[in-house]
Amino acid sequence: MELSIGRRQLAGPALAAAKRLWIPAILLLVFAEGAGAQEAAISAADTSWMLISTALVLLMTPALAFFYGGLVNTKNMLNTMMMSFVALGVIGVLWALVGYSLAFAPGSGFVGSTANALLRGVGSEPNGTIPHMLFMAYQATFAIITAALISGALIGRMRFGAYVVFIALWGLLVYSPIAHWVWQSGGWLFTRGALDFAGGTVVHVNAGAAALVAAMVLGGRAEYGKRAFLPHNVPFVLLGAGLLWFGWFGFNGGSALASNEIAALAFTNTLLAPTATLLVWALLDHLRTGKITAVGGATGIVVGLVAITPAAGFISPMSALLLGGIAAFPSYFAIQWRSRTRLDDSLDVFAAHGVGGATGALLTGVFASAVANPITGMDGLLRGNPGIMIVQATAVLASFAYSGAMTFILLKLIGLVMPLRGSARDEGVGMDILNHGEEAYLHGDGAVLLLDEEINGSR
Amino acid sequence: MKLIRAIIRPDKLSDVMKALYQAEVQGITVYHGQGHGGETSAVATYRGTTVKMELTEKVILDIGVSDTFKEPVIQAILNSARTGDVGDGKIFVIPVEEVHRIRTGERDKAAVTPVTEAARSIYNSNPATHRMER
Repeated sequence: MELSIGRRQLAGPALAAAKRLWIPAILLLVFAEGAGAQEAAISAADTSWMLISTALVLLMTPALAFFYGGLVNTKNMLNTMMMSFVALGVIGVLWALVGYSLAFAPGSGFVGSTANALLRGVGSEPNGTIPHMLFMAYQATFAIITAALISGALIGRMRFGAYVVFIALWGLLVYSPIAHWVWQSGGWLFTRGALDFAGGTVVHVNAGAAALVAAMVLGGRAEYGKRAFLPHNVPFVLLGAGLLWFGWFGFNGGSALASNEIAALAFTNTLLAPTATLLVWALLDHLRTGKITAVGGATGIVVGLVAITPAAGFISPMSALLLGGIAAFPSYFAIQWRSRTRLDDSLDVFAAHGVGGATGALLTGVFASAVANPITGMDGLLRGNPGIMIVQATAVLASFAYSGAMTFILLKLIGLVMPLRGSARDEGVGMDILNHGEEAYLHGDGAVLLLDEEINGSR
Repeated sequence: MKLIRAIIRPDKLSDVMKALYQAEVQGITVYHGQGHGGETSAVATYRGTTVKMELTEKVILDIGVSDTFKEPVIQAILNSARTGDVGDGKIFVIPVEEVHRIRTGERDKAAVTPVTEAARSIYNSNPATHRMER
């Protein structure tokens, strides 16, 4: 039998000792992990599920591009999608070079080290029961989508070059440390017993805080508040939400790091929680406007997925239904409130991911159940462990504060070196032409082929 | 009567519509087109193909007005559609021989004047027949 806390596998006797002596199991982690490492071997079943999960999570970034792209107008479509796609390149490369090491190599309580930089020591040896390099690859997909999530607050005005520099620095200086705090066995939130199964704080609160601050620093689109910005392709929004859900089975199911009953629990909860959020969201829509909207349905699905993320492997399926239903309320009203303010968090990253992630992280503390997850054996508020709520709130507030503050500093610094945004005229033309010299929906009429010598003259 | 045809930037459409409503213009037809008004052409590259986009997206407005409405409409468009850069567009004023309102059979000046409050209340009381009459 193994004990799995967060993302580390522990040997069975440690669990028994912890329960008998009422010692928080987490304190036994250090020596228990040492004992486990000697027995560890690669499991074919675990490895196959993690290979699939890694591919599933990678798909979430293109899915996000469609979700976000459908929500913007035609002249910003490619730019919005590219803000997600470029994260595959920028964060992917940096993750292999040093990001993984800063997050998961042994270091201090706040950040890893350069021990695994350039993937030194990241080979086919077991990490838990899967090859170390597979663990690295799986985690890379999380780093990529977290950076891409922020882009929803920046669309329609940010210069692409400044965005690329921003997510590169943000990935290294914000994502990697917070992942280390929560998921690495030496991280300060990990050692306090914070429960974050698949990234409620590390991914969603983190990206939500960055989005909120970035939207403030950048300022709104020139016409924000004066005219309506409407989705140009609602079918793409639904397609994106559907593909995100599909990928999320790898995001949550894979976070068990094994093909076992906890993976099945996380998988089931990832199915159930968003179903409840979708229904409650539709009900709120109906009560407020008399109509059930498609964009609302897609948003409800994503909020449900965000909220179940920290809880997926810790709560029972019926609790997941309840969590999903409850999670609709804060995000729904946060969106209503935000759209009446001057805050141009264009695609409501803060309301969906910041608020949804915080709600999920706190409800994880409420619903956690040793019956649902006997391997971790963590009980929550409803099962007589109120102390967990303080730990969960600490994790949310710490991630929020660090991510928000660092985002502010990074954007101010980048702003000193290069312009963060285009002019009002650039916004009128659209970010696709300004940043990419391409259009999403091209007629091709009136396009004159340029020969080599003309190209040099026209630039 | 006159037909006022304005060719404007797509991103200025909201501003122009707002200005027209403030000038109490009630009837308008909008369509999309492409044109070239002497502005610098954007250069685009798709894989190995580099092209100069000689045509840019434009929005065309058609507004039928009585002669007294002509100047307010022109001023509203001039003030709301201008950015000062090449490519802001044109306004053409075209004489119109006859105008017929299909619903009532009214013609000429009666057909280009705003719909009366009495007629509007009939639509509002029956949303099924409501249409863009502004």
